[in-house]
Amino acid sequence: MKFERYGIGIAKGMMVTFKHLFRSPITVQYPEEKLAVSRRIRGNELVWYPDRCTGCATCAKSCPHGNIEIVTHVGDENSYVVDKFEVDTGRCMFCGLCVESCPYEALAMGISYERAQYRRGDMVLSKDALLLSDIRRPSGYARPKVEVTLPKQTLLVYWDKDREEGGQKVNFLTLSKKRGRGV
Amino acid sequence: MTLLEQFQLWLGSIWPEWAAYITPAIIGVVVVLGFVLTTVIIFIYLERRLLGRFQIRTGPNRLGPEGIFQPIATALKVLLKEDIVPAKADKAVHWLAPVIVFAPILLIFAVVPFGKGAIFTDLNVGIVYVVAISSLSAVGIYMAGWASSNKYALIAALRAVAQMVSYELPVILSILGVVLMVGSLSMNQIVESQSIPFILLQPLGFVIFFLGTVAEMNRCPFDLLEADSEIVAGYHTEYSGMKFALFYLGEYGHAVAYSAIIATLFLGGWQGPLLPPIIWFLIKIVAVFCFIVWMRATLPRLRVDQLMAFAWKCLLPLAVINLFIIAAEVLWLPESMPWIMVVLNFAFAGVLILLWSKLFTLGGGRVEV
Repeated sequence: MKFERYGIGIAKGMMVTFKHLFRSPITVQYPEEKLAVSRRIRGNELVWYPDRCTGCATCAKSCPHGNIEIVTHVGDENSYVVDKFEVDTGRCMFCGLCVESCPYEALAMGISYERAQYRRGDMVLSKDALLLSDIRRPSGYARPKVEVTLPKQTLLVYWDKDREEGGQKVNFLTLSKKRGRGV
Repeated sequence: MTLLEQFQLWLGSIWPEWAAYITPAIIGVVVVLGFVLTTVIIFIYLERRLLGRFQIRTGPNRLGPEGIFQPIATALKVLLKEDIVPAKADKAVHWLAPVIVFAPILLIFAVVPFGKGAIFTDLNVGIVYVVAISSLSAVGIYMAGWASSNKYALIAALRAVAQMVSYELPVILSILGVVLMVGSLSMNQIVESQSIPFILLQPLGFVIFFLGTVAEMNRCPFDLLEADSEIVAGYHTEYSGMKFALFYLGEYGHAVAYSAIIATLFLGGWQGPLLPPIIWFLIKIVAVFCFIVWMRATLPRLRVDQLMAFAWKCLLPLAVINLFIIAAEVLWLPESMPWIMVVLNFAFAGVLILLWSKLFTLGGGRVEV
């Protein structure tokens, strides 16, 4: 006797929602919880290497919005010294043309994506703010030398270190922080 | 004798007669009002959290620990909104409708027994009073839909009336089964005679009554008059501010009231071992409400014709048959062996539900209801 037409579907559906009660919520409570992000992401931040930069201002010329302001003077060894390197990221659309045009690989796209500020003035980044640091690391975008050092990945899984160095497989949907309730 | 009447007698010995007559009534009204409003606030929070969990979400959890202040914030937001009345609305009816929807819900609680003697008035026609009062809010919903001069609101109002008229019949017929067994219409006696809860003695009657009341309080899967995917917000499309808040309160007040009635009629009311009666009663109300939320989280909305067919072709005949079965059992089965009745009625319920679900299948497995 088949029970398909006797309301068994309703009972099945009710069981499905009942099982949901015991699953942890799918919602990611963003500022407190964050999803694991691939190391190969092309973020929306710039990294600037002062030692490689010659002050040629190719990046400033290539910028469609004219966001990059660069002021230099001639130094001792007949080379430019960069006095001011300022990027107005408030107007930046992160096209990456400055990174592609840089002949000395002194600019790179970063990997982080959280760059919201409370004040508009804070969006204008000066020389010191653009330096390489723990939270401001270069991505492989238009930088093949950086790209080969990044861990390999597929669309769904990536390795937090290289596989030869004993890296662990990380699923993109796992949370980087232990799941906790909001305040 | 209820607690309030005892209080009145005691007060009459020390206070003048008129004061002793009025004071307990006012105290009772304040207590019932406070109970309804606080429970509604708690239930709004409970429903949103529970619905979130059923759908693998978190639900509101920002305001206060675990989001417990969210309903208060919602209430404040609604209260501070501008009260907009459409230009072509029937002003007086538009103003009156939310009151007529909300007031009957408070009246229902006059006869709900919270414990032994803890009842506002022990009417000897308690359950008839409940049936009569609870259908009043249909008038308010129709007034709201009519006065808004909005086609969606009017469609919702027409649906509401059709739904109320259809589902009132099976609900009353299943109540009759309970009344037959108890031999009284008083809510207090209905509770006191349930040494075995009527959900065991009359499973079919419980199913009919439950589905009928869920339809009457306009909750999923019978929420056709607020079907937001079809008719915006139904009868309260043109309402905002405090008037909308009254509709909102009315919706959840209905849920609380019907949960209380279901708990009273079929789950043994305040009766239960160990815990005090009021706790048992609250546990049963919350359990019924959680089940309703579970249904809302799971089941999709019915079509209008399916809704009508379900009431007239399924619930009504089943309710009539249920009434006859209960009448025959009350007449012929000895009262000393209630467990025979339990087994018999579960068998009857299973067979009848199977038979009737067979009736609702059409062409190649397309399920009609």
